[in-house]
Amino acid sequence: MKAEILARLQAARAAKQPVALVTRLTDGLQLLWPQDEAPAPLVDAARTALADDAAQNVEWEGAAWFVHPHNPPLRLIIVGAVHIAQALVPMAQPLGFAVTVVDPRRAWATADRFPGITLIHEWTDDAMAQLAPDSRTAVVTLTHDPKLDDPALDVSLKSAAFYIGALGSRRTHAKRVARLTELGHGPEALARIKSPVGLDIEAVTAAEIGLSIIAEVVAVRRGAALGNRERAPVSA
Amino acid sequence: MSDTSEDILATAAGWVAQGETVALATVVQTWGSSPRPAGSRLAISASGRLAGSVSGGCIEGAVADAAQQTMASGTPQVLSFGVSDEMAWEVGLACGGKVKVFVEKLA
Repeated sequence: MKAEILARLQAARAAKQPVALVTRLTDGLQLLWPQDEAPAPLVDAARTALADDAAQNVEWEGAAWFVHPHNPPLRLIIVGAVHIAQALVPMAQPLGFAVTVVDPRRAWATADRFPGITLIHEWTDDAMAQLAPDSRTAVVTLTHDPKLDDPALDVSLKSAAFYIGALGSRRTHAKRVARLTELGHGPEALARIKSPVGLDIEAVTAAEIGLSIIAEVVAVRRGAALGNRERAPVSA
Repeated sequence: MSDTSEDILATAAGWVAQGETVALATVVQTWGSSPRPAGSRLAISASGRLAGSVSGGCIEGAVADAAQQTMASGTPQVLSFGVSDEMAWEVGLACGGKVKVFVEKLA
């Protein structure tokens, strides 16, 4: 890999731009798509690779080409700068998540408690609208306070977020479902909310709850059966 | 898949900045059960530093040897590792999978 390609790849990564590294395996010739022009079959493969987040192998003009997608990091948005959030953050980072913590309560969302993490102090609906969750985003609400959790869930349910989890007991969740139903969300949309949040590992401590949540996020992302377990039916 | 492979790139770039000669190995294709998916990277420095992985540890040694050749010659290589279960104790994948690895010099 030429230094020039590496530098541009790193720059795209820093700018959070999706980019595909396309390599001719016979001689190591490389280009970056979409920055560089490429013949149509390679462009198609690059589009697919980025959309599926899966590398592609292509034969073109008698040579084998490798198309390697480099998508921006997955995002984890945590609503509620609480103790569980503090435990969750350092588990999510090595798994490839760029973490943002949202909490208008400045006493909670401090750089002291969340060193190096993007903190947003706006009200949760404004914050979520700004963050615009997409299909590579997971959202977890942890405040236990409907005034903060509900607006964040409302925005998340209107987004393509691949994971939406909400801390709270079944009873809490039933009340939450009733409130969100009043906001116009149907049963199918509400079924997207994982609550009680996290895989059932009988978690007790903040760290264990953090582990159960991030494990569930990974299970959903990877399409594991664990990520689809039946929960007690929710009713409004 | 690209989630952690990019950190290997950053590590490799860091080694280059320190004046090291560095090669990158990338899994380009897998068949059957292989531990690391296409796109997984291993960075190798001339002084023998390693970062990342292209398997569960079974072929890293052979890949690192090939990387030293590529660092010396500048010529990239495509390595194939594929073993049947009975051959699993040779250099290869203990799980019986097959994997193709591209090795290139950072220049």
